[in-house]
Amino acid sequence: MRLRPVAGIVLRQLYLFRSSPVRLLPTFAWVTIDIVIWGFLSRYLNNIAGNHLNFVPNLLGVVLFWDFFTRIMQGVTTSFFEDVWSRNFLNLFASPLSISEYVTGLVLTSVLTSLIGLMAMLILATLVFGLSFASMGLMLIPFVLVLFLFGIALGITASAMVLRLGPASEWLVWPMPALISPFVGVYYPISTLPPWMRAVGHLFPPSYVFEGLRALMNGEVFSATTLLSGAALALAQLVLAGYLFARVFRYTVKTGLLARYSAESVG
Amino acid sequence: MPAALHLSPEPITSPAQPDTVLGVTGLCKSYAQVTAVEHVSFNVQRNEIVGLLGPNGAGKTTTINMILGVLAPTRGAIAIGGIDVAKRRSQALARTNFAAVYATLPGNLTVEQNLRFFGLIYGITKLASRIETLIAQFDLVHLRHTRCGVLSSGEQTRVALAKALLNRPELLLLDEPTASLDPAAAQTVRKQIRELAKQESCGILWTSHNMYEVEEVCDRVLFVSHGRILLEGDPRALPAAHGVHSLEELFIRLAREPLHVGSVSPEERSG
Repeated sequence: MRLRPVAGIVLRQLYLFRSSPVRLLPTFAWVTIDIVIWGFLSRYLNNIAGNHLNFVPNLLGVVLFWDFFTRIMQGVTTSFFEDVWSRNFLNLFASPLSISEYVTGLVLTSVLTSLIGLMAMLILATLVFGLSFASMGLMLIPFVLVLFLFGIALGITASAMVLRLGPASEWLVWPMPALISPFVGVYYPISTLPPWMRAVGHLFPPSYVFEGLRALMNGEVFSATTLLSGAALALAQLVLAGYLFARVFRYTVKTGLLARYSAESVG
Repeated sequence: MPAALHLSPEPITSPAQPDTVLGVTGLCKSYAQVTAVEHVSFNVQRNEIVGLLGPNGAGKTTTINMILGVLAPTRGAIAIGGIDVAKRRSQALARTNFAAVYATLPGNLTVEQNLRFFGLIYGITKLASRIETLIAQFDLVHLRHTRCGVLSSGEQTRVALAKALLNRPELLLLDEPTASLDPAAAQTVRKQIRELAKQESCGILWTSHNMYEVEEVCDRVLFVSHGRILLEGDPRALPAAHGVHSLEELFIRLAREPLHVGSVSPEERSG
């Protein structure tokens, strides 16, 4: 893999951020709104619950992690959509750029933007609402890593879907995190769900993260093996997503879909 | 009623030579029941400008897309600088570049940003100086910080040509590069491309519907219709060889009578 083409993909996105601040809106504005809403809701719930429960880590903490996952996934898809919107596939793929270089470029772009977003969220949640992850210490790292891996995997899968089905299928991508959230126990324990939803939830690595987060925040014992299972699942899904994208790309080259790809080629 | 043209019933194949920058052999592309390109074979040599001519839907852009690796052939082989596109895609595509009216550069990046972006994609070393050279060569100095989306057609063509030359390609593919230009701008672009073919020592495959332009620029032309190469030769000699007055007349007759293929000698095949 060559570094220059990967840097090219990242640089393009930085140019777009620099020239159009509106593109930074999803990175900062929506997460800020989420933190503010859930922060005040947590505070309100703390008031009516008295000293028995602290909703700040249980609600605001998980919202922060969920937003991070969403940003990661959308970081990949948004970079990909830039090429869809500017009809740039012919210029890109008639070049020496390999699929692995292209996807790595999308992933690095997502890492950069989502880490900036995460820092902004952490600062706001800590300063305004007193959210602290100090009790979790180094355990934060594997949690973030699993969400990161799954966010990347889902972003690549969603991009492959848009490449295969056409630009209009973009509208199926945006609600993906919302569709997953009921199954992975973001706001409630997985045990609350009926068995079939629990089974579905265990197919998604974030379910292991949020179960672990909740256990740690409430001072309960949490199995590291469970988290490792989530990490292994996320890693496997990442490999599968890369394979899927490469396979879809080969299909679009074989059928002529890539050469014809434009706003009119909605399938 | 003019007599039917005598065209080649067999696929035309030019033997590969040491200076061959593009070798296309037995290229076919079929979609379900439709055959878009059928047994197309040709070469492009270094310092040569070859015109790929034919009516709309003849298979020109399909052929170019296969050379660029964005469309897989059903059968056949393509080699750029001797490297097989199917087997070593990245290495082969590093030796070529293209400009086409339907492949505009991202309009939300400036001229300089686009050149830097694609320069990195093509892995160009000493990119900054290469960009400066091309910006000066295509008179883009005053437009370097302008977004490509707001440029005129002529300016966009110049930027696309600058991008197409970033990697000093051995093979340059130009799909109707002057289609949206006024006559003066088109003349300037033709002059620049002719000079480039000499200076950069590259081979150029050029498609156009402007027969005057083809006669002026191309060393050799390939007439394509219904996915097959029907005629090949010097654009200045072909009309007389086929009993017509101009290349345009020859084009029109080929477009209207593409299936009147008779048996001809190998000499007649190449005009």
